[in-house]
Amino acid sequence: MSKSNQRKSRIVDKTFKYIGLAFTVFALLVLAVLITDILIKGLTRINWSFFTNLPSRHAANSGILTALAGMLSLLFFTILIAIPIGILAGVYLQEYGTNNKFAKFIEINIANLAGVPSVIYGILGLTIFVRLFGLGNSLLAGAFTLALLILPIIIVATREAIRAVPGTLREASYGMGATKWQTTRRVVIPSALGGILTGIILSISRAVGETAPLLVIGALVYVPFIPEGPNDQFTTLPIQIFNWVSRPQAAFITNAAAGIIILLLITFILNGIAIYIRSKWYKNIKY
Amino acid sequence: MIHMRTKEKAIEILMMACSFLTVLTTLGIILVLLIDSIKFFSEVSIVDFFTDTQWTPLFSEKHFGILPLLTGTLLTTFIAVLVAVPLGLTIAIYLNEYASPKFTNIVKPILEVLAAVPTVVYGFFALQFVTPLLQQFIPDLRGFNALSPGLVMGVMIIPYITSLSEDALRAVPSSLREASYGMGATKFQTAFKVLVPAASSGIMVSIILAISRALGETMIVAIAAGQEPRLTFNPKESVETITTYIVQVSMGDVPQDSLEYRTIFAAGLTLFLFTFILNNISFWIRKKFQNKYE
Repeated sequence: MSKSNQRKSRIVDKTFKYIGLAFTVFALLVLAVLITDILIKGLTRINWSFFTNLPSRHAANSGILTALAGMLSLLFFTILIAIPIGILAGVYLQEYGTNNKFAKFIEINIANLAGVPSVIYGILGLTIFVRLFGLGNSLLAGAFTLALLILPIIIVATREAIRAVPGTLREASYGMGATKWQTTRRVVIPSALGGILTGIILSISRAVGETAPLLVIGALVYVPFIPEGPNDQFTTLPIQIFNWVSRPQAAFITNAAAGIIILLLITFILNGIAIYIRSKWYKNIKY
Repeated sequence: MIHMRTKEKAIEILMMACSFLTVLTTLGIILVLLIDSIKFFSEVSIVDFFTDTQWTPLFSEKHFGILPLLTGTLLTTFIAVLVAVPLGLTIAIYLNEYASPKFTNIVKPILEVLAAVPTVVYGFFALQFVTPLLQQFIPDLRGFNALSPGLVMGVMIIPYITSLSEDALRAVPSSLREASYGMGATKFQTAFKVLVPAASSGIMVSIILAISRALGETMIVAIAAGQEPRLTFNPKESVETITTYIVQVSMGDVPQDSLEYRTIFAAGLTLFLFTFILNNISFWIRKKFQNKYE
């Protein structure tokens, strides 16, 4: 290789390094600009009445009380449905059916489900839960729809967490005369709890931000009451934000930005907890 | 003893049923989309559906050509991929080969935040920040346009490409890397002549999944791209995607079991087919090349 060629490739190398750094900084910068822009537009709008007011035709009197209440109730039912099913399915696929055809088929299926657009889950929920089961556009219909949507996340996280549990633990349990289920329940699941919990929290964070499937199943954009039971109609914070964004008046845009601050705060806190649990769990447990 | 064995069996069957629910979900999606689509195509010719250049099911003069929705979907996806692939890949190579591990460990979780931000937030950002900003440079950019949500969507899917590509790059055995350095190659030459080809299957998977994600994205385009189905590839124009149309109809007061109502199933089926095929290709690539270096 000639000297000039070597110099040229070193220049290319250097240039690429700076491009790589620039692109990385750019991506981080977009995030920073997004957060700053929203804080500038919405922070002054946040006060106590923003949390306690019902939605209103007047932007200044509008609050997110019903949206927050609806979101919490929706999450409660979603979690109630999705967690047991997701964990049991994940445990089955990793502990019981590792090598059978059924488990392999389900693995492909779950990979596929994880890639289905969320708006399609909305169409599924609309047809099955809202209409066929006659649940209407209720909290329960929304919860079933979201549960199906986050199930793949919980199953995959459970499987990965269980895969990391060393075989020696299981063998020790079997050696003590424990059955497969006793071993699974008392040894395997507790050892994998950190990973499972991380997956659950990330799935909740995903459910918090979902908008499209709920709009499709008919979640309302204007709900002037707090839902009191699973059969009540509801709205959620992202839907309330969407409603405000779609209005031409500047005051509603301010409301939307303020709502987004709260939504982002919830999302970031959930993700922070997930990262914390993951790092703590891996630090404490060394096999 | 017998009691215990029955209990064990019962639990196993319960767990199997839980796993099987995911299969039912897939079947449910396919059946739900198919049944109403078949009803739809009994009234609208499938040839018209794919060749008519107008989509006006909600007007009095009805046209049922999916093309305008399809081009809207493909246009915004194309813009997103144009942003996300070069940026995502370069960042993956930079973090893996150039940056210090300390820098990488700090930056990676922050990049992941980009994928965790709810899409309604990105929609707001595209409509209220990026579009006005772009209008400073492109005066004839419409208030609702394909460009701005496409760009924002591109930034959103960067982490999908970066994290999967990084995994693929890291899986390349260090012997290959060292052999390249031993020949006097620079990091750049090693990255593009050795590592990227060796990790190509993983990188392909990351790109395909990112495309699939962009095709199905709803809120960003629903907020910032507009609701006018228009057969155009001009990014300055307002367009409507398949996903936006589905949301638009669901929020309106279209009577159930009408032809208008069934359009969302035909549109949904079209979208589902695209993502289904892409997901299966990526799954196939992953399976086929999984054990390349083991």
